[in-house]
Amino acid sequence: MISDLFTVTVFVGILASGIRLSTPYLFAAIGEAFGQKSGVLNLGVEGQMLLGAFAAFYVALTTGNLWLGLLTAMLVGALMGLAMAYVTVNLQAEQGISGIGFYLFGLGMSDLLFQKLMGTVETVKGFPKIHIPGLSDIPYIGEIFFSQNILVYFAYLLVPIAWFVLNKTTLGLKIRAVGENPDAADSLGVSVARVRYFTIILGGTLSGIAGASLSIALLNVFQQNMTSGLGFIAVALVYFGAWRPIGILGGALLFSFINSLQLWMQVLSIPVPSDIAVMMPYVVTILVLVATVSKVRAPSALSKPFERGD
Amino acid sequence: MKKFVWFVLTLALVLSACGAPAVEAPAAEAPVATEAPAEAPAATEAPMAEPFRVAVVMPSGITDKAFGQSMYDALTRIKDQMGEENFEFVYSENMFVVDDAAAAIRDYATQGFDLIIAHGSQYGSSLQEIAPDFPETSFAWGTTVDTFGQPNIFAYEALSQEGGYVNGVLAATLTKSKVIGVVGPIETGDAKLYIDGFKAGVIATNPDAQVNVNYIGSFSDIPLASEAATTHIAAGADVLSGSAQMVVGAIGKAEEAGALWFGTQSNQASLAPTIVVASQVYHWEVMLAEMIGLIQGGTLGGQSFSADLANGGQVIEFNDGYALPAEAQALADETIKGIVDGTITITLP
Amino acid sequence: MRSRLNSLIDALLPVLATLAALFVGAVMLLILKVNPIVAYAALWDGAFGSTNALAETLVKATPLLLVGLGICISFRGDVINIGGEGQMIIGAVLATWVGLNFTGLPGWLTILLSMFAGFLGGAIWGGIPGVLKAYFRVNEILSTVMMNAIAVQFMNFLLRGPMIDPAQAQAASQIPQTARLEEIFRLPRLAPTRLHLGALIAVILAVLVYILLWRTTLGYRIRAVGQNPHASRYAGIKVPRYMVLALLLSGAFAGLAGAIQVFGVNYRMITDGSASGFTGSAGFNGIVAALFGGLHPILTIPASILFGALLVGANKMQRVVQVPSALITALNGLVVVFVVSSEIIRRRRQRRREAVAKRDDETPLTGNKPISQAEAGS
Repeated sequence: MISDLFTVTVFVGILASGIRLSTPYLFAAIGEAFGQKSGVLNLGVEGQMLLGAFAAFYVALTTGNLWLGLLTAMLVGALMGLAMAYVTVNLQAEQGISGIGFYLFGLGMSDLLFQKLMGTVETVKGFPKIHIPGLSDIPYIGEIFFSQNILVYFAYLLVPIAWFVLNKTTLGLKIRAVGENPDAADSLGVSVARVRYFTIILGGTLSGIAGASLSIALLNVFQQNMTSGLGFIAVALVYFGAWRPIGILGGALLFSFINSLQLWMQVLSIPVPSDIAVMMPYVVTILVLVATVSKVRAPSALSKPFERGD
Repeated sequence: MKKFVWFVLTLALVLSACGAPAVEAPAAEAPVATEAPAEAPAATEAPMAEPFRVAVVMPSGITDKAFGQSMYDALTRIKDQMGEENFEFVYSENMFVVDDAAAAIRDYATQGFDLIIAHGSQYGSSLQEIAPDFPETSFAWGTTVDTFGQPNIFAYEALSQEGGYVNGVLAATLTKSKVIGVVGPIETGDAKLYIDGFKAGVIATNPDAQVNVNYIGSFSDIPLASEAATTHIAAGADVLSGSAQMVVGAIGKAEEAGALWFGTQSNQASLAPTIVVASQVYHWEVMLAEMIGLIQGGTLGGQSFSADLANGGQVIEFNDGYALPAEAQALADETIKGIVDGTITITLP
Repeated sequence: MRSRLNSLIDALLPVLATLAALFVGAVMLLILKVNPIVAYAALWDGAFGSTNALAETLVKATPLLLVGLGICISFRGDVINIGGEGQMIIGAVLATWVGLNFTGLPGWLTILLSMFAGFLGGAIWGGIPGVLKAYFRVNEILSTVMMNAIAVQFMNFLLRGPMIDPAQAQAASQIPQTARLEEIFRLPRLAPTRLHLGALIAVILAVLVYILLWRTTLGYRIRAVGQNPHASRYAGIKVPRYMVLALLLSGAFAGLAGAIQVFGVNYRMITDGSASGFTGSAGFNGIVAALFGGLHPILTIPASILFGALLVGANKMQRVVQVPSALITALNGLVVVFVVSSEIIRRRRQRRREAVAKRDDETPLTGNKPISQAEAGS
């Protein structure tokens, strides 16, 4: 029944679930935003996430050390970023297509390693929910905000940090300059290549964490293609958020809330065909964007390779 | 830059040098395809000269702890039974692209395999077209009952509602909150049969219990399946079940919340050794052995098989790690017996 | 003479890059204890080794080419269409519906109507992101990603419900598929293989797209908007309109690709719940093919065949040496990265030639010989 939706349990459930589900999107999308702000479109996020997810899981499984797993995921993500940076900055390859190539590589490679090193689905004890004495016990609020795993808090901490770096630091200024007008930035002595290397590797690292947040915090398993399109949604959310961390947060939450809502609708037997329910978060995301026509322009040099002395 | 060009060119040369002789000799085909196609006539004698050769095409992986793995495990068991010298099999996994699967099936057929298994109901249409071109080869596909009236197609299905029913009966017995959650992929086929059977089992045992079902619209979306499980738990469920390969994360969610889990397709106990009560496991080897016998006797198809509790094609595997109360165990055994002897009939919606 | 050699080398670059990627793949195969020569022989054999293999390659290349043609249009108009998967699905759904319901008409007419329906379905699914981009400033990457997901669920809904095969509706298993197209409504085959008329249609359309882009006002305007929207606006071109048209046409070709997959290959729609189960990821791979072909409709033909051969051959390789399919996916990724990276060589050669031509113009008598030697050496 529709009225079943309007209960405290459902409301709290949706909020808690939305915050949890938004975690991987936040890491990946904020990483992608850094790249795009500097003029690089990376469609390979999903592949970086998958390799990160596998690396984290495998290391955590074999060493029992979750932090070491997380670190490996960051390293693997950074390496993927490094390769992407070389291809798009030095070789000036078409960014969108390179990204698709890296996506396919990550998709296949993570699965191959999984089959060769593990062979079957296993589980690991992931990052536990953090119990904050006092706060976690507040009714409702505690369940929503104060009983999540550590990576959820990292993701939310990342939002103000990313905002600060992009808007209040010289580094952020350089990133934006390189993305808006690389020629001018270059003539002012900013190394376009170095800035782009930095943002792409940072993006890869964050995608690696996004993968780890799935495999050793949220789901605690690894299986082939376990991200199942999440990385592409993350890229889309960058546009939703108009390259601003706070906007990305809004998009990630909206998408996750609606997704959680449709799960609840089915659980409460509201008579909507399951396929139609699953469609909801995608439809709503588009509709919200249509309703709030954005005035923000894309970085001018987005997806355009830079060559000195052109 | 020039160096790079030379590098590429040298690679190309080396590669074409390696490639050339092999291309001229397409006989270097499959390591398994070297001998002449084994045909039915040789079969009636007890010690076979040629091994029985099977190829299987499946939409998911052989390690998915679900549908794909159930077939891989079954073929491995057959191999153990018949001996390595008498049986060999090859597989194409992750053939979720129907068109690619069709190409694989046709290719295996030209290589003279004795039996080609199309392990996915989406492959039926392709098989309907390919099978008439290879009247000497036997094909099997599932899960379905339809052999298209072809003399060289076997069909197989699992009466998943039976195992689902047993799991449902147990779930209804073990739930304290009277709320049970089920996670499904899309509302069709094997998953639908299992879930409908499960519901029927719960309702027959405890009419007050409520079964919430959530189809997540995908066979691969592990994050969403896990969140569906969390939603069930938040809605009060203390017993969960789910079908298809994307539920591997959901099992962990049940474990975290201290809820119980009922598995299907493959034995899922290893994923959460303390809370998996039982798994309905497919033992396709029962019907495969029968099929192989028929093929060796010269019958290449035209029959359909069901894996059910009666013929052992479906087995409820209880998990030793979970201490099932004796009366619940007795009820389960009684239910299985009832389904086998026909005193229990399962009505599906 | 030299210019012909130059363009030959340029055209061969993607092939060389592919070979380089396969060389890396050979190392991976060795690590997996597989003989790369046997593996690649199987790949070649699977793609070109027999009439049947060649036909399979062309069958695989057909949707890549069609999607790629649409990509040529949209990328020339500077809109990025990654919604090919969804557009193929909607095109296929609409075409299948026509093919199953307009059974009273002559076969050729129903086929024609169905193809048109596929074109239309794709145009709608591509046109929506176009309108959203042009008039509501919704980025097309976002909208096409979302619309792919929506199309998949819509297909699942239709194939489970309104469009389900009447035979399946009664069966317990309820396989989510439509009824089968009657024989007279299928695309005719071109040889005793699976090669169908769709391949020919795609090639003809490649020529038509070439004409559209370079010989018509519409094409000129789409390209003008793509190259410089501001200048186009001053020149009086209604920029939003051509943005919509670029995405709409791009979607239409993808929709046609979907329709042709059903009418030429599968003869019914079946869903496994995902997009790629039906499309074989042609909606994405078509983008790669178009880029391999330098966004030129005619060059996209060999590019599609190359990529199609790789996909078909790789499946064969998996069967013969029993490597996990994951390796093939990773290998495809490497090929894409290598080919797209090799573009720089073409561009540099191009620029050097221009520089040479320029210098030749300035000093027509002296500059010629030494430079041609340098060219030959590179």
